[in-house]
Amino acid sequence: MTPAIARRNFILLVVVLVALFLLQFVVPDYYVLTITRIMTLAVFAIGYNMLLGYIGLMSLGHAMFFAAGLYGAGLLTYHFGIAVPLAFLGGLITALLLALVIGFLSLRTQRVSFMIVTLMFSQVGFLMTLYFADATGGQDGLKLPHAARSFQLVGLTFDLTNEIVRFNLAFGLLLVALAISFFILVSRRGRIFAAIRENEGRTEMLGFNVFAAKLEAFLYSGAIAGAGGAAYGLLDGYVGSTFASIQYSIEVLLFTLLGGAGTLLGPLIGVALMTTMIDRLSEVTTAYLLVVGVVLIVIVLWFPKGILGTIRERWLPWLM
Amino acid sequence: MGLGPYLFLAILEGLVQASVLTVTAVGLSLVFGVMRVVNVAHGEFFMLGAVFAWFLSSLFPDNPALGFVVALIVAPTLVGIIAYLADRLILKRLSYDPEATIVATIGLLYILQQAALIFFGPDAKAVEPPFYWRIRFPWFGYDGYKLVIIAAAIVLMLGVWFLMRRTKIGLVMRATQLDRETARAFGIDVDSVSATVFAFGGMLAAIAAVLVVPIQQAHYLMGLEPLLLSFIVVIIGGLGSLPGTVVAAILIGLSDGILSVFFSPTLAKMVSTLLVALVLVIRPNGLFGKAER
Repeated sequence: MTPAIARRNFILLVVVLVALFLLQFVVPDYYVLTITRIMTLAVFAIGYNMLLGYIGLMSLGHAMFFAAGLYGAGLLTYHFGIAVPLAFLGGLITALLLALVIGFLSLRTQRVSFMIVTLMFSQVGFLMTLYFADATGGQDGLKLPHAARSFQLVGLTFDLTNEIVRFNLAFGLLLVALAISFFILVSRRGRIFAAIRENEGRTEMLGFNVFAAKLEAFLYSGAIAGAGGAAYGLLDGYVGSTFASIQYSIEVLLFTLLGGAGTLLGPLIGVALMTTMIDRLSEVTTAYLLVVGVVLIVIVLWFPKGILGTIRERWLPWLM
Repeated sequence: MGLGPYLFLAILEGLVQASVLTVTAVGLSLVFGVMRVVNVAHGEFFMLGAVFAWFLSSLFPDNPALGFVVALIVAPTLVGIIAYLADRLILKRLSYDPEATIVATIGLLYILQQAALIFFGPDAKAVEPPFYWRIRFPWFGYDGYKLVIIAAAIVLMLGVWFLMRRTKIGLVMRATQLDRETARAFGIDVDSVSATVFAFGGMLAAIAAVLVVPIQQAHYLMGLEPLLLSFIVVIIGGLGSLPGTVVAAILIGLSDGILSVFFSPTLAKMVSTLLVALVLVIRPNGLFGKAER
């Protein structure tokens, strides 16, 4: 990664983020809500991409980290009346701890076993949200109390019922997640991650601690996904077990593959396209998840690098 | 009713579960063994079997026995054709790459599930059993049809065993499982073996579903549970090992049936899923499987 390439990607990133920020002044209210949701889910996908895109590990259970953040934050406000910023931090830490345990266990397996193991751990998490329904609200979920709909920080009051406030909070989180990804990518760690993705055996042979690097990537991934989950729950004012279900693990995989695994902005593009498609189709039919299946198969057959991956391959080799 | 009869009932229920699970899981295990493909859409083949069975038997409202027989023949055939096409149109083009096929079969899962929703609607559908026969035990009456399920599963497993061990096609399948390249060198059309195995695996799931649908109900979301249970069974039994799969299916089916009588089914599932994930972490080839070369 030469400094010139890093600079070019940095400029692109800034341009995209500025454009995204300016959208709130241009688009109608309804789209402000949609874009807020897209940005929050994009944080989840950016976390997922850290694992799939940068170090080449395909997890089928990332809903568990999203849900850990979601419930960690949501239950703290619901049961203990913890203030929103602290609850967010609590959700983040919950996801990080879960990632530590699950990463430590599941990274002992390879490829297909890794996929199945993460799927199963995540299913255990989903069943737990149902089993402990007294605390989690189970399938119906919990609506967060009125007190959790606003908070004060550095002398400012943030009213979470206001969609512009939510938009900017989600934007801030997306910015942080992208910044972390960018700095990891240009750092020495990022090159080790890429080396493991390209050839794990050789990287190990060269004397790098592959397991430690994978665990590190797993922690970033779980924590960012958890931050996305915590933000989703707190901004939306609702937590429920759907977010822990297999469907969310699959959708985040789909977002990342569609936008382009291993590209900085791919997850954001994937989320934006997929949520738009799903929303449009759900107006027409109840079987709107059909599009999930069709897109997955189209990607895997004809489009394995996703949108930005293909653009990078064909036209913009400097794209990160 | 004392503990003895209670346990007897639990074991009977467990055996019924185990029978259905064995047939389903052997289908998944065959596909994994011969093709090295983890078929995430396996549960949807099960679901399609059940939904087709409902549709076919509803064509014979006056004669449930005839409807059942028609369903038992036609539903697995339809599912087999769908699976065959899926292999030819999707999996073959991916050269059976393990990770790509998982993603593709996840896609297939959604397509089949949502197609079932479109064509058959969101409601659960009951299917009439082919006959009503109540066995009177001294402590409770029991649905005789459930015993037929157990018997059918045993016959089916003997059939699979015979097919794999005593026929030419079984030999070809085992050769492909053992060493794909060498099998090809010996003139075996490995691609058509794969398509056949994929279709056969799907058909086994569909047969299991046709058998169970009179005591369960057909619903477009019913595929996830048999899928996860089959995963558990195939992992415990050793990936790709048929005898291991049968033993594990009986073990899991029985314990799930018995545990669910005494504890919450969610708790039972939680614990068994967690245990299996740990088995896979510690012994990646399952409890009965041999180490992979």
